[in-house]
Order: sequence, then C-alpha cells, then structure tokens
Amino acid sequence: MLKRIGRRMLAATIAAGVLFAPALAQAGEVTFWTWRQEDRAAYAELFAEFMKANPGITVKFESFAVEQYATVLSTALAAGKGGDVIHTRAYGGLEQFAKAGYLLALDNANVPELANLGDDAKASLTLRADGKVYSYAFASQTLGLYVNNEVFKRAGVTPPTTWAELIAVSKTLKDKGVVPLANGMATAWMAEVFTSVFTNPLVGPEFSADLLSGKATFSDARYVGALTKLLELRDYMPPGFTGIDYPTAQQLFLSGRAAMFAGGSFEIANFRKQNPKLDMTFIAPPAPQVGAPRLVSKFFDGGYAVNAKSSNQADALKLVRWMGTKQFGDRFSALLGNISPIKGVTIADPMLAEVAKLNETSAPYITAVYFRYDSPTGSELLQAGIQKMMAGSMTPAEVGASMTQGITRYFKPFQK
Amino acid sequence: MSLFVAWPLLSALRYAFFSFKGVAPDAFVGLANFRDVLTSEPYASWTWRALWHNVIVFTSLMVVQNGLAYLIAFALLKGLPGHRVHQVIVFLPVVLSAVIVGFLWKLFLHPMFGMVNAALALVGLPGRPWLGDEATALGSLIFTNAWHWVGFPALIFLAGMQRIQKETLEAARIDGANDRVLLTRIIWPLVAPATTIIFTLTFIGSFNWFELPYVMTGLNGSPGGATDVLGLYFYRTAFGNTTSGLQDFGRGSALAVLMFLFIATTCAVALRYLRRREIQL
Repeated sequence: MLKRIGRRMLAATIAAGVLFAPALAQAGEVTFWTWRQEDRAAYAELFAEFMKANPGITVKFESFAVEQYATVLSTALAAGKGGDVIHTRAYGGLEQFAKAGYLLALDNANVPELANLGDDAKASLTLRADGKVYSYAFASQTLGLYVNNEVFKRAGVTPPTTWAELIAVSKTLKDKGVVPLANGMATAWMAEVFTSVFTNPLVGPEFSADLLSGKATFSDARYVGALTKLLELRDYMPPGFTGIDYPTAQQLFLSGRAAMFAGGSFEIANFRKQNPKLDMTFIAPPAPQVGAPRLVSKFFDGGYAVNAKSSNQADALKLVRWMGTKQFGDRFSALLGNISPIKGVTIADPMLAEVAKLNETSAPYITAVYFRYDSPTGSELLQAGIQKMMAGSMTPAEVGASMTQGITRYFKPFQK
Repeated sequence: MSLFVAWPLLSALRYAFFSFKGVAPDAFVGLANFRDVLTSEPYASWTWRALWHNVIVFTSLMVVQNGLAYLIAFALLKGLPGHRVHQVIVFLPVVLSAVIVGFLWKLFLHPMFGMVNAALALVGLPGRPWLGDEATALGSLIFTNAWHWVGFPALIFLAGMQRIQKETLEAARIDGANDRVLLTRIIWPLVAPATTIIFTLTFIGSFNWFELPYVMTGLNGSPGGATDVLGLYFYRTAFGNTTSGLQDFGRGSALAVLMFLFIATTCAVALRYLRRREIQL
C-alpha cells in the first residue's frame, strides 16, 4: 500500500514538474523574462531585428504581472529555471538576485558593449560585494515636473523656476479654479517620487555625498528643512489629497483639471497614449532661489541579465550584447519613449531629448539609488513617514529621525 | 495531498531559522529572525501595530458585522413581508469577490468623485478622504468588509434559529417574552453552535485579512501604515514590495510561523471554550 502511494506521489510530482516548470530554452531559443507586459509589441519589433541579424536564434518574450515578478523570478531561479535573459531591477532589486549567485557576471570579455555605458549606469547594476556588473542597463529615468501648457496659458501664468514662483503660480491657478498640483499621497511609492522631485533642489547638490560619507543623516537641517517646505504645497494639492491615489492624480493632470504633476519621465509615453492632444512640458523642479541649480532626480530602471544556469548562455549573451549597441538604444528610445543609457544614442523625440538635457543638472534619486539595498529600505521608511507628515500626524524632524534610525541598522557611515 | 499541505508549512518553518544571501538561504541563525520581528526596531513596532490592527478588525467585525447579522437573521426568521427577497439581497454581496468589492468601495469612498462624499454634501455635511485619513481608513475597510460579508453570518444564524423548535419560541411568547428577551435569553443560547462557527471563521478571516486592504489601501497599508495588518506585513516582508522593499524570506517566514501559531493556538483554546459553552447552554 505504502509502495503504491509512494509510486503515485512520485508520478504526481514528476507530472507537476513537467506541467509547471517553465522550461529553459531549447537550443537556438532564448527566452526573455520581463514584468513589462505593456512593452510586448515594442520588444517583438526589437527582437525581430535581432533575429534577422542572427539567423538560427529565436527570442521568446515571456511576461509576468509586475506585482509577482520578483516572487516568480526568485522561485524559478532557485529551482534552476527562469528565462535565459532576465529583465532585472537596479540597485538592491538586482543585488538580491546577484548575491544569490543566480546571474552571470558581465565583463568586458563576455559583453564588450559594457564600454557603452557610463559609470553611474554600471554602478546601478553592480554587486557591491564583488564589484562586478550583473545586468546591462536599459533605461534611465528622471523625476521632475509636468506642466499642462494650455492650462497655464489660460490662467496667464508661466512655469515656475523658483520655489517662490511655484507658490505664487499655484495661488493664481487655485484662484482660477484649477487644482495647481495633481499629486496625492494615497499611493506610497508616488509619495516618495513627489518628495524627491521637490526636495532634491532644496537639499542641494552636496547632500547625497554628505549622506554617503556620514557627514549628514536624514536629520540634517537641509533635509528636514526641505521636508518642511513640502508642507506649503498641501494648500495646492487636490481636495482630500491624502486619499488621492496615483491613477486619480494622472487623470486630473491629463484632463486639465490640474495644472502640474510631479512625476517621472516614465509617464511620457503613457500620457501621450491616454491623451494624444495634451500639450505638456517636462521641466526641472523649482530651485530654492534664483541662480541655484534646479536638480532633477535621476536613477536607472534596471537591466538585462543572463541566467547563470541558462543552457543557452552563448545565445543569451549575444542578445544582451546586441541590447548594448547604439542601434538597439536608438530603436529602444524611439519605440518605448525611454532614455537609453547607451552612449551616443540619438533621441529623436523632442520631449525626451529635453529630459536628456535636464539630466545634465541632476542628482541621484537618493532613497532608490543608495538606500534600497538593505532592510528596512530608505524607501519604506520615507513612504510611511511622508504620508503621515503630509497628513499632519508626524513632523518633518520625526520623519528624518525615523529614516535615520532605520537606516542606521545597516549603514555604517550613520553608525559613527 | 499531505505533501502539498505539509511541505510549504515545513519549508516556511525551516526558512524562519535562516539568514538569506539575497533570495537564497544562507546560514542557520537560530531565533534571530523571530527576535527581529518581535523586539528589534523598526520591525517590532510594525509587527505589534499590524497585530493590533488585526485585533481591532476582529473585535469590530464580531460586534458590528456579526451583531447586525444576528439581528438580520431574527428579522428574516420572523417572516415579515418580503423576507425572501431580503434574504437574497443580504446574501448577494457575499458572492462577489473581495477584489470587486474593494474596487467598488474604493470608488464610493473617493475623496473627489465618491458617492459617499456626494451624499454627505447633499445634506450639507463635509466630505473627507476616508481611505486617506489615518482616523477613518481602517474603519472604512472594516465597514466594507461588513457590507461584503454580513449575509454569511446572517445565513448561519438564520439556519441556527430555524432549527429551534417553534413550540419553544411560542411558549416564550405566551409567557410574555418580547423580541429583546427572545433574542437575548432564548435564541442566543440555542444558536450557540452557529456562534462557534461564526466566531471561528471571523477570527481566522480577521487575522488572515489581506485582499480587501491590499486592493483598497495597498501593500504598504496606507496611509502611513494606518491599515497595515499581519497579512500585508508578512507579504511585504517575504515577497518584497516592488516599489520600496526587498524580499526577505527569513523574517517573512518568521512572521508566517508566528501568525500560524497564534491563529492555531487561539482557535484551539477558543473552540474548546465554545464547545463547552454549547453543552452548558
């Protein structure tokens, strides 16, 4: 009896394995795993070009829901499965997979195209422990301020360049019955984006270096002061802004009910798709005073990695190398409306080209770039704190202190 | 079948004692993960806050949702005109998925376009961001849950009430018992088995609460953790929040084990008491 049960269980296990195991590619087939379901058509076009140039290799696009991607990926990789080429996040999101030994280290020998990336792009996809790059950067993102030109024109105001102008313009817009700033606080990650957009110019260009050296913490007067300034914006956000979520904020801006939207360059393609007639500009956030730099926040989205257990590593590397060429970068930027970090890429779209120009005066998106490697992440701490601060149940100093306290657990410069 | 049930439980138990190198198990760390989530800041505050919210959810649902269900069941028992239609209406939301109900009520409670604020405006009352205000967010979720589920305990209570012999109720009536006396002195002890079932299901549901807060206020338990419950906190810790956190299977598994132990122990103790109560009554 026991033998029979054992046999049945074995058969069931094998059947389940066959049924559910996402098989690694067959010879000549490279599977590409991603969370970007919405980019399927663009990647189909890109991969068709690759397959034309590389006869004998077929690329299979496999996408997963964004919320489950990391879980699906870690489960598959732990079982020695997963795509041959894997779309990864950057910074801590990459490190947790690289640290586990699931990804192939990329170097100048296996991917000479690494030379096409800038140092900050490579750093975003490097495992800090061994200094090796594990993924090839695909896009940089910029956080700034969207302006609805038509609404501004109607109200007779011009885009603000300083904080004082931002407040004055917002007041005029509000008096004319327009919501000045579309953003709300209900979606935690957008609250973090909102914070970075406005605080980065206020804290100044040296702040992130001071954080990294331990000369400053989040309790620094510059950071707490910048958070305090954010409170002034509450009067110019939508009514009940603490309950306004990301989709509502987008719709308020797209419909012209709100004049500005603090967000990332990743919105451009989506905004255009939803309202092709929208006359918008992406500008740098206001400076604290005339003459001070208007720093946009910059970060890298993620990259293309090769599965360390891929049975078709040679072809997978071929694909990643191709995705590191200028030819790919040009097409990628044109098709997906994102800025490729590959050197010398031509950005034909005028708005995207403007964003690329703004990147020349940028500072890192601090919480994402430096504090998403360990738990509790800076983002977790900021997201919870900023929601409370904007609702009035926490002070800016308390938000700074809670971030410093949480990060001190693992960040040596704060432990001094 | 046992393999499918036991294996995940055992692997969660095993992972709870390991540190992780990224997403791969690394070294045996004894009770360190348990210590972290129970005593080390900021995890300890998050754990106790989430547990406290679950306690509030359970208590509120027991009183509001199940109390209302008891009264509805009695009203349906009385067979008032139209009781059959009302029986269906009360039970109708139960067949909807929590995701649909969550989205629906998120829209109703929207601070700018929601039906609730519009209705309040009609009678001259100010609206508020129900889900964006720390004072009302958890209450709004509890209300939505009660709206969704009230039909279920009502049906169980009704079934329990219908099993009571008519003669018992008629005798009480002849002796001068009004509705209040019937409900508190006669029916309440006789529906004890139904109460046991409802208590158990509400307890498990409240401490495993996930879908509704996830849909309505997000994985972070917005705003500022005001709607954070153990289910969200566990998920966020173990599987990572794509927009802020990392996957931490060690601490996540420790939380899962603690939740399992808490629910199983409390259920076992409560069931023992409730079963004894059924016999006594």
